[in-house]
Amino acid sequence: MSAREAAPSERDAAAPAPPAPPDPKPMRPTWVLLRKDLLLERRAPESVPAMVLFSVTTFVLFHFGLGRDEVDGTLAAGVLLVTILFAAILGINRLFVSEQAEGGFDAVLLAPIDRTALFLSKALALFCFLTLVELVAVPAFAVLLLGPSPWGGIGGLVVVLALLNGALALVGALVSALAIQTRSRDLIVPMIGLPMLVPALIAGARACAPLLAAHGASWPAGKWLAVLALYDLVFGLLAYAVFDFLLED
Amino acid sequence: MDAAPAIELRGVSRRYGERWALRDVSVTVPAGSTLVVFGPNGAGKSTLLRLLATLLRPHGGEVSVLGEQLPRREWAVRGRVGLLAHDPLLYRDLSARENLRFHARLHRRPEARVEQLLELTSLTGRAEDPVRTLSKGLLQRVAVCRAILHDPPLLLLDEPRANLDPAAAALIEPLIGRESGRTRVVTSHDPVGGLAEADLALGLRDGRAALLAPAAEVDVAAVEALYR
Repeated sequence: MSAREAAPSERDAAAPAPPAPPDPKPMRPTWVLLRKDLLLERRAPESVPAMVLFSVTTFVLFHFGLGRDEVDGTLAAGVLLVTILFAAILGINRLFVSEQAEGGFDAVLLAPIDRTALFLSKALALFCFLTLVELVAVPAFAVLLLGPSPWGGIGGLVVVLALLNGALALVGALVSALAIQTRSRDLIVPMIGLPMLVPALIAGARACAPLLAAHGASWPAGKWLAVLALYDLVFGLLAYAVFDFLLED
Repeated sequence: MDAAPAIELRGVSRRYGERWALRDVSVTVPAGSTLVVFGPNGAGKSTLLRLLATLLRPHGGEVSVLGEQLPRREWAVRGRVGLLAHDPLLYRDLSARENLRFHARLHRRPEARVEQLLELTSLTGRAEDPVRTLSKGLLQRVAVCRAILHDPPLLLLDEPRANLDPAAAALIEPLIGRESGRTRVVTSHDPVGGLAEADLALGLRDGRAALLAPAAEVDVAAVEALYR
């Protein structure tokens, strides 16, 4: 089609648009952005393979570094959750890279959407990545390091990891948005993110320890689950309140 | 030209750290007209476009875009501006069609609009290829589609014909040229071509407006002098 032929139809389509009315489906932009992030990770896997490789390698290092074939209880919970935490840092570092490196960030910021949708989509994407990583990392941990069978407390472990993933995703999306605007992204994420995540790590480890102990409990203590849930709620609301400001020039 | 202004800048300044990228720039652009911005590299052209696009905030002066004061009502401007920047603002691992569909969904535009633009820019045959595999010219065509797929009344075009051969430039002309009927702010290093498509010419030098006049009253030598 030549330019001359194209002109009339384009002119017809180019009527000036008034400000867009509010979206009747406020979560729709979140799903659009999340779908794009998952598609990008599927198309060119970067974060998830790196996080999986890091986790498995760390378990091998612990295996030899501790000089023990098996761990359980508090030590097992600490090894598992600290490894997941450090693996999450890799994912957090890369969370906004596709936007920054590929230049799509400005185009997203120009869209008539609530910027909270960007935060929610990134947090959900990180949650999905962490879940995928744990599907490999937890069995690898059980094979390489864990003494007792994890099956007795698997239900409780899933709940604790889900709440911990929520904490990592919420704080991670917030810190990543902050870090992407600085030149030292790789330093900012661990320097700010790790201290913020200490309470979640403590609660997660306390909740996990009895599940990973020999003849341990099948369900974590309610108070540590409550602490984790409260942490998720507080940081979810905090992130909701401040994320818009983080993206401002 | 008595149309209501689409853009009004009054004494606008913007700095990066200690360096002023724009200083005390004032210009009024009527709706439907074209402002062409000239100036050497680092003169503040891209900063001006980013200010108008709501991606940067002014550090002084007043900015009004499409009747909305910035930054107070920048949310009312988003979605009504089409930005064609130096970077294509596309995801390299997604295809042209996937990129455009993504933006169409964000702007709540039907997917038929994507197909229409792919056809208008003769990209249908390469629409499924990841954009990282496209030449710079094809990439620029996809970027043009992205910039206009939501039918913005204001186009901000940073050297829009860069990397395009004459045939491709002619292909996108109806979409982003004068005949699109949109208000346009275009940066250019081509005095002859730039003045030909301008209603108003702005010359920037070290962030200041060194030249501001109706294009018909500006000669090529005055624009060339900005670069010396």
